Amino acid sequence: MADERRSGSGGRGGGRGGARGAASGDKGPGQRRSLFRRRKVCKFCSEKIDYIDYKDVRMLMPFVPDRGKILPRRISGVCAPHQRALQTAIKRARQLALVPYVAD
Amino acid sequence: MSTSRQYELVYIVSPEASEQEVTDLHTQVETQIARIGGELVKSENWGRRKMAYEIGPHKEGVYVLELINGSGELMKELERRLRVSERVLRYLVVRVDEELRAAERTRSRRKVRTGPPEGSASDEMGGFDRADDAEVR
Repeated sequence: MADERRSGSGGRGGGRGGARGAASGDKGPGQRRSLFRRRKVCKFCSEKIDYIDYKDVRMLMPFVPDRGKILPRRISGVCAPHQRALQTAIKRARQLALVPYVAD
Repeated sequence: MSTSRQYELVYIVSPEASEQEVTDLHTQVETQIARIGGELVKSENWGRRKMAYEIGPHKEGVYVLELINGSGELMKELERRLRVSERVLRYLVVRVDEELRAAERTRSRRKVRTGPPEGSASDEMGGFDRADDAEVR
């Protein structure tokens, strides 16, 4: 499973990953099918949250991993407009010591 | 007072401060609002809570939230007073009227649309995504 996924990402990065995918696996032409991944949906869109409140720590914490950094949307799947709002909310919460700047 | 704006003021009072000192700060905010002009919409005391990091020697603080309608001059004066006060570890003023209005607008727009809200919303967002995200689908 992990192998398939890697060959898929190679295909998207290099463009001509098709040959590599065919060589490594028997999936061959059905490359698209092999790299099925659950489509990430924006949490704020699906739950219809319009205003991301900096005071609501419980809402922000899933997007602040242990290290204290803001989770990139490539991982969380948050859409761009909401990631922007989330970013300012987290930064405000940090000023009030509701969310850490750094932690380990 | 034509330029009435809505602000959120949160300040953290030192955990060593007595109840009296916390209420004193609150009444100070109230009197300034009365003096300069404005309206205290909401006031919340979150009580003592643990902070995500230490501020000076303190690990916890007393959080107070005030929701204020007023002018920039009023907030300027409140900020100055909070800065001077030794018991206040930190404060934050955020202007919220425009943000809340924007949130309200998207909410009403969603009601108007009435179609399948989740599907159409996520499709819209898909347009902003980078090419590689779209391909994964």
